Amino acid sequence: MTIDYNAKMPEKQDGTQVYNTDPLIVKSHYEIDYIHSYAQDSEFFRAMGKKKLMGSKCKKCSYTYATPRSHCMMCGAETEWYELPKEGRIHTFTTCYFGSEAFLKETPFNLIMVEFEGVDSLFMSRLIGAELEDMKVGMKVRARFKRNLEFSPTDVYFVPVEEK
Amino acid sequence: MGKLSRNVYMVSGGVTKFTKASPDMDFRLRVKKAFDYAMNDVNMELKDIDGSVASYFSDHFQRQLMSGVMVQDYLGLTPKPSRRVEGGGATGGLSFQAGVEEIASGRMDTCAVYGFESMSHVNTWKGNEFIALASDTNFDYPVGGFYTGYYAMMAARYLHEFGATVEQLAQVSVKNHKNALSNPYAQSPMNLTIQDVRNSPMVSYPLTRLDVCAMSDGAAVAILADEKRAFELSDNPVLVKGIGSGTDTMRLADRPFGKVPLLAHEKESDYKNLKYPGVHSFRAGRTAAAEAYKNAGITNPIEEIDVVELHDAYTSSEIQTYEDLGLCKYGEGANFVSEGKADLKGKVPVNPSGGLLACGHPVGATGIMQAVFVFWQLQRTIKKHFGNDKLQISNPKRGLLHSHAGTGTYVTVSIMEAVK
Repeated sequence: MTIDYNAKMPEKQDGTQVYNTDPLIVKSHYEIDYIHSYAQDSEFFRAMGKKKLMGSKCKKCSYTYATPRSHCMMCGAETEWYELPKEGRIHTFTTCYFGSEAFLKETPFNLIMVEFEGVDSLFMSRLIGAELEDMKVGMKVRARFKRNLEFSPTDVYFVPVEEK
Repeated sequence: MGKLSRNVYMVSGGVTKFTKASPDMDFRLRVKKAFDYAMNDVNMELKDIDGSVASYFSDHFQRQLMSGVMVQDYLGLTPKPSRRVEGGGATGGLSFQAGVEEIASGRMDTCAVYGFESMSHVNTWKGNEFIALASDTNFDYPVGGFYTGYYAMMAARYLHEFGATVEQLAQVSVKNHKNALSNPYAQSPMNLTIQDVRNSPMVSYPLTRLDVCAMSDGAAVAILADEKRAFELSDNPVLVKGIGSGTDTMRLADRPFGKVPLLAHEKESDYKNLKYPGVHSFRAGRTAAAEAYKNAGITNPIEEIDVVELHDAYTSSEIQTYEDLGLCKYGEGANFVSEGKADLKGKVPVNPSGGLLACGHPVGATGIMQAVFVFWQLQRTIKKHFGNDKLQISNPKRGLLHSHAGTGTYVTVSIMEAVK
C-alpha cells in the first residue's frame, strides 16, 4: 500500500496569458511536426536537384500534366514522368500583399500559373524579377532552380525572359 | 441522376448576427440561439426533431474535434442520429442538401441542419493559413498558401479573357454592402463607392480588402420536413424543388480547357472560341446548376428565378457565378452587375442580404444562412425577421441558393419554391 493522504500536485510557475477576464480569454498554444511523405509525387521533388521540372503524361490517352499526378484524370490510367520545357508563358498572375501567417514575411510576392507549349495543364509558381505592372498574360518566363534544395515546390521559380 | 424521391420542405430557420468576434458565446451556445429561434418560430419541441446534420468546416479554428456531437449534446438532441458534413466553403450547402436527402429518402420526417464556425480564436493571418491548408499541400500551399491569391489569379484571367474591369468587380462590393444596410444580421453593412473599394488596401491584385469577405463567428439553422409534417408545423413552408452539386480538381493547375456544358437555353455557337473552364470559370458551379435546374424543371433561369443568394467570398466569384448559373452568358457577368441586373430592384436580385461580402463568412454557417434568407424571402417574412421590409423582394416565387468551396472544388445549387 502506498496511499498518501497528504498527496499534493506539484505547482507550476508557467502561469497563463490572459487577454480578457469577462469572458475569460486565455492563450492556448499548439504546434506539431508532421512526417510528410511525398509518396508517388517524390520524383518531382528529387528531379529539381538535377534542374529538371517533371510533369506527367498519360500512358493511355497521352494527356500531359504540367503539375504531376500519377493517374490520369481524363481516363484513369497510370501516367509516366515527363520532362517539361524550361520556358513557358504566364497564363495568369497576381501579386500577394498579404497572406497566411507563414508567408507574411515573404510579401509582397508574385504568383503565376505557367502554361507550356504542347502541355495540357498548368503549373503554379512564384515569379521574381518583375513587379505587378511588368506582368502580363502571355509573357515568356523561364524556370530557375535553387541550389540548396528544400524539397518544396518553391525549389523551382520563374523569371522573365527577354523577348527580342 | 433523378429527382428527390419525396417532397422536402423548409419549415423554419434561424441565424445569429455574424460578427468578427463574439467571445461571449462558444459555438454550442451560438447554435442554440439560432436553433431556438427556428424552433420557436414554428412552435417545435425537441421531440419533433428526428435527427440532424452538423455543418462546420475546420477543426483547426477551435482545436476541438467532434464539435458536431458537442452541439448535438448541447441542444438536447442526443441520442438522435446526426452526422457531420464537410466540404470547405460549400460545407453549408452540402449539409443543407444532406438534410434534404434525409427527408427525401424517408429516413427522417424532420431534420435540423445546423451550421457554425468560430473563426475568432486565431488572428486573421493564421486563419488564412488554416483555410489555405484546404489547397494541395504538396504543390499549392507551399507556393501561395493564400486563398485570396488563388482567386486573384482566377480573377486576373477572367478580366483578360472577357475584357471586364476592376471597377465592375467593385460594383459587386458596393451593391452587397449597401443591401446589408437593412439586414440586422450582417457583419459589415456599408455605404461604399467604387473608388472606396479600389482605394482600400490591395490584398492580392486585382482584389482589394473590400473585394474579399471577412472571417466571422456565427451560426445558422434550417429545419426541414416532409410534406405531411411541414403542413402540420407551418402554414407557410417552402418547397425544396431541386438540388444539384458538382466538383472540380483541387489544383487550379489541373483545370481542363474543354467545352462549356450547356444549359437548356444555351447553344454551342454561343461559346465557339471559349476554352472551358480554364481558371476563369467554375465548372462545378455549372454542373450543380445544370442538375438543380433539371430537377426543378427550370429551362430559362433568368426568367424563372426571382431571388438568388450566392457565394460571393470575392467580388470576382459573384460575377463568375452569374455565368455558371446561366443568369447571363459566359463573358457577360461583369456587364450583368454594372447594368444593375443583380440589384435589389434589378432583373434578378442577387445577394439581397448582402452576401458573404457584407454578412460575413463563418464557413459552416454560411450556406445555411443563405438558405434561411432565401426561405424568409419566399415566405415573404423578411419584415418579421429583419424588423424592416426594405430587402423583401415583392412576391418571389422561386429562389436559388449557391454554396461554393475553395476555387470551385465543391459547389451546390438548391432551388426553393414558395407554395403559399
